[in-house]
Amino acid sequence: MDVLQLVVSGLANGCVYGLIALGFVLIYKATEAVNFAQGDFMMLGAFIALGLTNQDFLGWPFWLSVPIAIVLMGVFGYLLDLFVLRRMFGQSQIAIVILTIALGFVLRFFAGLIWGHEPISLESPIAGKDVRFGGLVLGLDEVMIIAVTLILTIALYFYFNRTKLGVAMQAASQNQLAAYYMGIPVMRVHSLIWGLAGAVAAIAGILFASKGSIDPSIGLLGIKAFAAAVIGGFGSLPGALLGGLIVGLIEPFSSYYIAAGYSQIMPYLLLFLILIFRPHGILAQVHRKKV
Amino acid sequence: MSGATAAQAHPVQAPQALLTVSNLESYYGPIMAIRGCSLEVREGQIATVLGANGAGKTTLMKTISGVMDPEKGQIVYRGENIAGASPDSVVRKGIVHVPEGREVFPLLTVEENLRMGAFTRSDAGEVRRDEEMVFSYFPILAERRRQAAGTLSGGQQQMLAIGRGLMARPTLMLLDEPSLGLSPLLVKEIFRIIRRLNRERKVTMLLVEQNAKVALEVADYGYVMELGRIVMADDAKRLLQSKDVQEFYLGVQQETQRGQKRWKQKKTWR
Repeated sequence: MDVLQLVVSGLANGCVYGLIALGFVLIYKATEAVNFAQGDFMMLGAFIALGLTNQDFLGWPFWLSVPIAIVLMGVFGYLLDLFVLRRMFGQSQIAIVILTIALGFVLRFFAGLIWGHEPISLESPIAGKDVRFGGLVLGLDEVMIIAVTLILTIALYFYFNRTKLGVAMQAASQNQLAAYYMGIPVMRVHSLIWGLAGAVAAIAGILFASKGSIDPSIGLLGIKAFAAAVIGGFGSLPGALLGGLIVGLIEPFSSYYIAAGYSQIMPYLLLFLILIFRPHGILAQVHRKKV
Repeated sequence: MSGATAAQAHPVQAPQALLTVSNLESYYGPIMAIRGCSLEVREGQIATVLGANGAGKTTLMKTISGVMDPEKGQIVYRGENIAGASPDSVVRKGIVHVPEGREVFPLLTVEENLRMGAFTRSDAGEVRRDEEMVFSYFPILAERRRQAAGTLSGGQQQMLAIGRGLMARPTLMLLDEPSLGLSPLLVKEIFRIIRRLNRERKVTMLLVEQNAKVALEVADYGYVMELGRIVMADDAKRLLQSKDVQEFYLGVQQETQRGQKRWKQKKTWR
């Protein structure tokens, strides 16, 4: 009973980590850049939804605000690549990494300016309700998070394997030059990937905000999600989700069975062990790139 | 027999030039890799560009397919200057580049690779029919259609690269070193198919090769490139007989001429 509840809350947290990690991996696979602002994308997505729907701000209906926030973050990611990152094309990876770190600071600053630094919770119809399975009482928010992540995962799987543009995104990440030769507009594909990563981050943020209060610093969750992506195998989409779930599960179990503080350290301890014993991560796709 | 002589003097209505490259200059990083290159590819023919490593052959191909931008010069395809056009617009115009070293999408299946070749097309039914057409030329690919391309052998990957190029329904195919790293037997087979594609599918080809013998045997017209310039141009049959080409590209030893690259001074192109 206790254990099951720990599992569910761990999975719910893990889904959020997994979705942020998915954003990291999407962008890394396509463009070989690491977007360290991915966690802040999530924060921004959550705050846009909150800003649209909370009574203190615009007070629009929740089910209208959510898709708007997701689309806005998608457009934000797309335009960011189109107008900023595309100009960095050919620069070293480190320049792009630093740019994304700086972008994270900027986003946190503006979020604080608009929505303040006090924790606020998203006025969501699913917050604070319970669902009962037999004798088991689970939070509706946690069940929703798991369900939405599952649906999103299946949708992304079909997108990447069954649609022409999805397969082209894979193709462009596996062999960029050949993608150019086949007439795939690689630059536009990159922008679309950034858009997709923005939208996924918004979904993660809304899910996260619907089970607790948020403030502009929650973007730092991205670091934990980055660890999750490395644990799962950086460069593998299923690995990102798996890594997220593992980190999510480790946290409540280590604080329950060892001591409260340990939940903060255990994910990184695991990260160390993974890097030592299986440096490509759990589900690594190790295929050597041709030079 | 005056008719026969007349036909010899004016061979069967020379086909139109499909692609004309003139005075092309292109940089590979800071290095000027193409230094005023001019050549033409006639409709329905196979033209080949021979040359040693680093002669600029691949840069020439990349400049035509739009992956690299030229510094100067013109690339006229069907009367339109396509120099500096984007790679996807070049594919849409009917020019497809089958790159050196095959460059398949390693984790996609054979079938997905072929579908990517048809990325610029939106006629799904026709694409499926063309897939079967490709399989008819390369039956081994049909057997492996659900296999990841990275697991294919070198020869099969080369077939897949050519098949993937065909899926774009090209008028002109740029073939970069199709013989690279293949056994002599496989080279023969690939070139037999290249010949058939040229005849049966009416695909005009610009073929870049280091293996001068097979290239000249399959080609109608040949160019020799050195240091970014065309230094010789002639009918493929005549180039095959040429003493210079024999010595420098076919490895036929001729003691008296060794070491003096006479033809380097006598540029035959314009």
